[in-house]
Amino acid sequence: MNAHQFATGPQSSNSWQYRALNVANPGLDFFSDGLIQLVAEGYPLIAGSADLQYSNGLNKFAAKHPDRYVQFGISEQNMVTAAAGLATTGHMPFVATFASFLGLLCCEQIRMDVAYCAQPVRLVGHHTGISLGFYGTSHHATEDIATMRAIADLTVISPADGPQLEAAIKASATWPEPIYFRIGRGREPNVYERGTPFTIGKAIEHIEGHELTIIACGLPVHPSLEAARKLNAEGRSVGVIDMATVKPLDREAVLRAAGRCKILMTAEEHNVLGGLGSAVAEVLADEGCGVKLLRHGIHDEYSLIAPPTHLYAHYKLDAAGLEEIARSALSKI
Amino acid sequence: MSAPSAAPRRDANDYTPSPAEIARLREKARFVRLETIRLIEIAKVGHYSSVFSAAEIFAALYYDVLSLKPGEPAWPDRDRFLMGKGHAAVGLFPILADLGYIPTEVLNGYTRLGNPLGDHPDMRKVPGIDFSSGSIGHALSAGAGMAWGGRADGRAFDVFVMLGDGEMQEGQVWEAAIFAAHHKLSKLIAIVDRNGFQLDGAVDDVMGVEPLDEKWRAFGWETHVVDGHDLGAITALLRRLKADDTRERPACIIAKTLKGKGVTYMETEPGWHLGYLAPEDAERAIAEIKSREI
Repeated sequence: MNAHQFATGPQSSNSWQYRALNVANPGLDFFSDGLIQLVAEGYPLIAGSADLQYSNGLNKFAAKHPDRYVQFGISEQNMVTAAAGLATTGHMPFVATFASFLGLLCCEQIRMDVAYCAQPVRLVGHHTGISLGFYGTSHHATEDIATMRAIADLTVISPADGPQLEAAIKASATWPEPIYFRIGRGREPNVYERGTPFTIGKAIEHIEGHELTIIACGLPVHPSLEAARKLNAEGRSVGVIDMATVKPLDREAVLRAAGRCKILMTAEEHNVLGGLGSAVAEVLADEGCGVKLLRHGIHDEYSLIAPPTHLYAHYKLDAAGLEEIARSALSKI
Repeated sequence: MSAPSAAPRRDANDYTPSPAEIARLREKARFVRLETIRLIEIAKVGHYSSVFSAAEIFAALYYDVLSLKPGEPAWPDRDRFLMGKGHAAVGLFPILADLGYIPTEVLNGYTRLGNPLGDHPDMRKVPGIDFSSGSIGHALSAGAGMAWGGRADGRAFDVFVMLGDGEMQEGQVWEAAIFAAHHKLSKLIAIVDRNGFQLDGAVDDVMGVEPLDEKWRAFGWETHVVDGHDLGAITALLRRLKADDTRERPACIIAKTLKGKGVTYMETEPGWHLGYLAPEDAERAIAEIKSREI
């Protein structure tokens, strides 16, 4: 008997068992599934987690490939540096923990030991943005794009859903640089069919808009599409670009959208300072584009505590909120 | 005496270096100290005393213990050496040149614009450096990752990580210590250069770390305490640890050393953690290093 299970006898099927979470949440499978496919293709992959294998779904990988899984316990900085050491021996480490910890607590280890030492480690920050909801602001990751983007030679990928994560993992197999993956919590509605190919550094242009284009990454991609479809059904012309690779940014995609629209709008669950909005602003400023840029996200504040759906509504990062922001901008054209 | 490229020895349990071997290693430690003074003269500032405390350890590792192929720096089966106390790299670079990893002329441009050699070791720029350092406290984690990778591949190499005693104040060191013991990384060998001083003063005054041997033992490591200037003792212990295939735990050597060892005024004034010797003081130091037996 597990020492933690004090109660005896049958449990109600309504009782919640943490370790069954991945059974109830197949969205977590994509991470392990992507890794398992790479192993099957012969890549020398090692996965590691810092006491969160049931939160990120790596328990599935660990069960299938116990000899390729490293448990680090609650030692995120040690995990990142050890992954860099491991990479020097020819292995391809994927190490995962909450994005809030990876992007800030381990920032220096990522810069010094992974990126500066040029080790092709894959860092997977999960539960991005405000997706950890009521667990608290300490667990919200609203600065990690800014920190990771500032580190030279580090690629930053923010998939919109599980299938895109799986495809991005496969696409990363031959990518020479270290990568920071910024992924959700496995409960996002899917934007993509499983098997949709992914190219690192290429934006996915879903809808070509001629008035306003929403450039989103990560979880806000799905509600951006919903908002755009609704507005377009009313006769507006709103485009949506999934900028899953935040770095290197697909500058051409930004410039094409800037060339046909009056307004670009970025949508991210991140501080508008330093994130996707800043990355797009840099391109527009570099190229002297006159288009208006509306950066939408968390506006330089610490996010509130609430269930995630409430937070997405509060910060207007759900479909209704994004539609409202876009509609307001369109009314001023 | 075999070349540094010798294969791992398996006859090390009762090994005692001969007087001739010790004399040869002593000459190498002397070379490390003299070259350190020469290179720091180029930079006009550097960590003399941090090298001097570790000179015998450097000599024992690179000229006796490590299995290396200087002509093939990326040889997968080579032993690894990492420096947590990366600021002593100025003592390592002359060895790398001596062994043929880098041309000797590169030493002469130490720290100059475009030269690969700076105050800290840089694996991106210098062949023979197994991992970069500079930010204190990371190296044991990196070494643990290497030991994990070597074991996964069935390779026999050992990973030696030199740590400063002040470095023990960094939390990540203990994360790595827990990790290495838990995963039984027996090919990982930490060497703590216990010279007793850090930038702001004596380690015991700044932030005491004793009892070090008890700490490492409590963290699950096989622990040894040795005189870090006794070449016979260091060499024998390192060889024995390297040859021991039965050990199931990582090993830690606490090397008791003297900051500035070899130059009397540095030994008695440990504030020389970072400094510059004016030409007349450098001459005195060189004369003492050349004449003194350690």
